[in-house]
Parts: sequence; C-alpha cells; structure tokens
Amino acid sequence: MRQYILRRVLFGILTAVLVSLLVFFLMRIAPGDVALMIAIEQSGGEASGITEEQLENIRQSLGLNDPIHMQYLSWMGGVLTGDWGESMFTNRSVYEEFKTKFPVTLELVILSQAVAILLGIPAGILMALKQDTKLDYTIRLVSLAGLSMPSFWSATLLLLGGAYFLNWNPRLGYVGFFDGPWDNLNQFFWPALMLGYISAATKARMMRSTMLEVLRQDYIRTAQAKGLAAFAVTTRHALKNAFIPVVTIIGITTALALGGSVVMERIFTLPGIGNYILNGMLTRDFPVVQSVVLIFAAGVILVNLLVDLSYGWLDPRVRFQ
Amino acid sequence: MASQNQDTGSAAVITVTRSAREWSLWRATTRFVSRKPLGAAGALIIIVMSIMAIAGPWITFYDPIEWNLKDKLMAPGADHWLGTDQMGRDLWTRMMMGARVSLLVGFASVAFGSGLGGVLGVISGWYGGKVDQTVQRLMDALMSVPTLILAMAVMAALGQSLFNIIVAIGIVQIPRANRIVRSQVLAVKESQYVEGARAIGAGDMRIMTQHITPQCVAPWLIISTSALGIAILTEATLSFLGLGVPPPEPSWGGMLSGPARDWFVTAPWMAIWPGLGLSLAVYGFNLFGDALRDVLDPRLRGT
Repeated sequence: MRQYILRRVLFGILTAVLVSLLVFFLMRIAPGDVALMIAIEQSGGEASGITEEQLENIRQSLGLNDPIHMQYLSWMGGVLTGDWGESMFTNRSVYEEFKTKFPVTLELVILSQAVAILLGIPAGILMALKQDTKLDYTIRLVSLAGLSMPSFWSATLLLLGGAYFLNWNPRLGYVGFFDGPWDNLNQFFWPALMLGYISAATKARMMRSTMLEVLRQDYIRTAQAKGLAAFAVTTRHALKNAFIPVVTIIGITTALALGGSVVMERIFTLPGIGNYILNGMLTRDFPVVQSVVLIFAAGVILVNLLVDLSYGWLDPRVRFQ
Repeated sequence: MASQNQDTGSAAVITVTRSAREWSLWRATTRFVSRKPLGAAGALIIIVMSIMAIAGPWITFYDPIEWNLKDKLMAPGADHWLGTDQMGRDLWTRMMMGARVSLLVGFASVAFGSGLGGVLGVISGWYGGKVDQTVQRLMDALMSVPTLILAMAVMAALGQSLFNIIVAIGIVQIPRANRIVRSQVLAVKESQYVEGARAIGAGDMRIMTQHITPQCVAPWLIISTSALGIAILTEATLSFLGLGVPPPEPSWGGMLSGPARDWFVTAPWMAIWPGLGLSLAVYGFNLFGDALRDVLDPRLRGT
C-alpha cells in the first residue's frame, strides 16, 4: 500500500512539473514584444519616442535578459515560496489577487455543482428506473439539449428575456457572501443555475448508465426475488454501488469547472479567477497566466491523486497492480 | 439455401450454407435509420448543415464583412432572410460563413487531435515500458489543465488565426482519444491472434496496423463524434471570449459577443440565430454520437 501511495505521489509531482514547463514555454512563444507593449502602456498609448534604453530597462526589470533556465527556476522557486510574480501591467502581486478572486470562483463552482447534483442525480435515477418509457426519452432529449447549448448563449438569452419582458437588470457590483448574504446569493443565482443546468445533464447521463449497469447485476435480482420492496432494492443495494463512479466524476468535474466559470464571470461581471486569467491572456500578461494556470493544474492533479488514493483504499485489487 | 450431398445410400449429410453477402453500406445505413431514428435525425442535421456550409457562396447574396449602415438592424424580411446586424451586414450570409468556420474547425481539429491521440495510444499501448510512461505523463499533464483554459493559453501563445484555432482545439482532444485507444490496445494485446501473429514472425508495425488498429476504430469513432460537439462549442467559446476567430470574420460565437451585445434588446434576432445554429449543430453530433455508441459498443447498450 505504501508503495502505491509513493508511486502515485511521485507521478503527481512529475505531472505538475511537466505542466509548469508546458505553460512556461507556451507563454514565451507568444508573438509580440512584451517590453514594447509595456512601454506603450507606460507612455499612455504613444508608440513614438520610445527609446531602446527604455525597452532595455523594462527587459532588465522583468528579468527577460536572463538565460531561459534561470527565468524558469526563479519562477518555480517563487511559486513554491508564495511569490507568484506580479502582473506586468498593474504590478499587483499575483498571489494577492488570487487570494481575493479565488473565493468568488469557488462560490460559483460550489453553487453550480450543488445545482447540478440536485437536478442531475434524481433525473438520472429516474431515467434508469423507467428505462425506455416516455419519461426516459423526454428527460434524455431535454438533458441532451441542455448539454448542446453554449452557456454564453443561454445566459445571454436569459439576460435578454429579463431586460425585454421584465425590465430587469442584474446587479453589477460584487458583494461578498459574508457582507451581504442575500445580495450575494441573488447575484450568483443565475450564473450558478446556467452552469449547473449544463453540468446536470452530464451527471444525469452518467448516473443513468451506472444505475442501469448496477440494476442488471445478480445481487439486484436476488434482492427482488427475496421480496424486498422496490424502494429498498433501489436505495439499499443499487444506489450505493452506482454512486461510486459518479462520485469520482463529481470530484473531477468540480476541479475542471474553472473553464465554465470563465464565461459566466465574463457575462455577469463577477471578479473571479476566470475573469482574471482571461484578462491576463488577452493582454499577454504572462506572469499572471503562467502562475495561475499552474496553480490550477496543481489543484486538479491533487484532486485526481486523492481520488486515486481513495480507490486504492476502497478496492484492494487496485493496490497490487 | 441448402445443398444436399448426393444420397449415397448411407446417411445423407446436409450442409446448409448461407449466401455470402458482403457488408453493404446501403444495408447498414437503412438498418441504422430504422433502428436508431434519433441518431439518423442527428446525422441528417449534420448533413444538411454541411451542405449549407459548403454551398455558402452560392446561396448567400451579400458581403459578410462590409458595413452597410443604411440597412442596419433590420428585422427578418424578404430582403434579408434573417435580418441585419448593427453594421447592416446580412445575417443569413454571416450565419452561413459562421457555419463554415464552425464545421471546418470541428472536423479539422478532431481529425488532427483525435487522430494524433489515437496513433499515440496505439504506439504507447503496444510498446509499453518507458515509451508508455513518458507519453502517459505528457497526457496527464495536458489533462490537468481545464479544457477551455488550455485552448485559451495556446491561442494566447500562438496568436489568433483559423489555423491556430484548429491546432489549439486539436491539442485539447489528444489526451481523450489517447486514453480510450490505449485501453483498447492493452485489452487486445494479449489476445490469441496477436500471439499467433508474433509466433509466425510478424513485425511490430504489421501487428499494429493489421491487428490492433482495426480493433480500436470503434471506440475511436465514438469518442471522436462526441469530440466534434465539444470542438464546435470550444471554438464558439473562444471566439466569444475574444481569443478565437478574429473579427470581423464571422463566427457564431463572435456574433454573440462584443459590441453587438449592446444591440440585442433592440434587435433580438441577432442573439437568437448564432446560438440556435450552435445548439443545433452540437445537438446533431450528440444524437448521432449516442446512436453510434449504442450500435458499435454492445456493452454500453441501454445507456
């Protein structure tokens, strides 16, 4: 068992290092001279009259003249000690910005996953229990439609409908949860619902397929033959086993929900990490992008590691591979 | 048909043979349509969209990019079937051009990404050992970054152009295809006919191409059709966020973003068509993909 844990942790670290290399080089091959862009920014948009000396100073201060492996090592060293670099344009510490913005995204992710679970799991179970009936087909078609709609479209239609018919506009200023819970939840309600609906469709399908697989098993037939009520069969025997793959999916999709949050944060102007990364990419602000992407990849790797380790604990067959 | 051996007086032996019929595309298609009407509907949607996209230049009558402020914000009517946007550009034309972009990016990126992932899966699964470990760590690294973020980062790195979008979305597809194909290869590697092939001295390349790859086609097709839907949505999202097709080139995602948004309340049709097109395309691919999976993978039947 200890060997299994050790191996998985080592692989996790290796993967994280690979991601860091990937992100680092990806940012370095971006077209456009970074020093020039900053110089233009500093002189208020005037491209003429920028001297080579200015550009050199900027390059020096950003450490762009150091050999590439030194840049990489100093960045990685910084990440491990809490110095995640500074934005090239606002000069604010990435770490500080992350601390303020991460809770926003976290709240959005948690709320949308809650919606997804509350909508998706019962729908999936229902579809499995009533397989091939009209209810099954209806839910399937509806959930598939939900999956196919781009989140920015449904959100746009929602805002459009609200403005058109009800003269309603979403509030724009962000309010923290502890400052004003009602306002806060009000603001998160629609984005969480939009994101959650799409995620619910995936969970419903997954739940349906695992449930169907479990229901075919012999022990279910035994339980029914014993004369157990349908409800008891479903909850006590089928559900518990059907849940295992679904729980892992929930864990993994939560970690990957960052992608969906970018769009919602953009549309509903929430000051979260998604918006932050997006701005960083649009302005080619690579200290921001490389540190935040690395942190997120590290988070995903950690979640996967924990899920794998829990498999090793739950299913002894896995340990002895 | 039964062919009887001559009655020789001893026990007559009757051999029954079926007429050998080659697998015919027509019969397979008609069977698919009758057994999986939903999947056939999905396929129909895709075919119609593709035809409209290809026939674009012949069924559109306006320039998709040129400004025409006289005609701005017109509701759908006889002159402009889908109306015009805030620059007076005909929306039917822009939708057709956008369809080209979406479908082109979808097919090309999946061909590239899923294809590469599949090839890597066969190689990595067959050779095993260090090759396998290296490739798998790389795939893990790619998979740790959320899909959209990875595509965004690649676009930010390479710059915005149609080719780069295909590359970016393709890269995102590689790990999924690799995983599916590799697990299939691992399952097939130990089978008897592979052993037999090695015993008679077949080389690695021959075994990989003749024996292993055909077994991987079915799961690869399944994962690739679902990848098509994801690719189209990703391209739309990238264009929406400003990291995709550079404006003023029309793209369904781009038509829902930026300065156009200010005009949605006055001209709601501007918001409806692009999203409808996207949803329909992805829905079609999903329906078809589901039906394909039901047909090709009997273990998953009923899901």
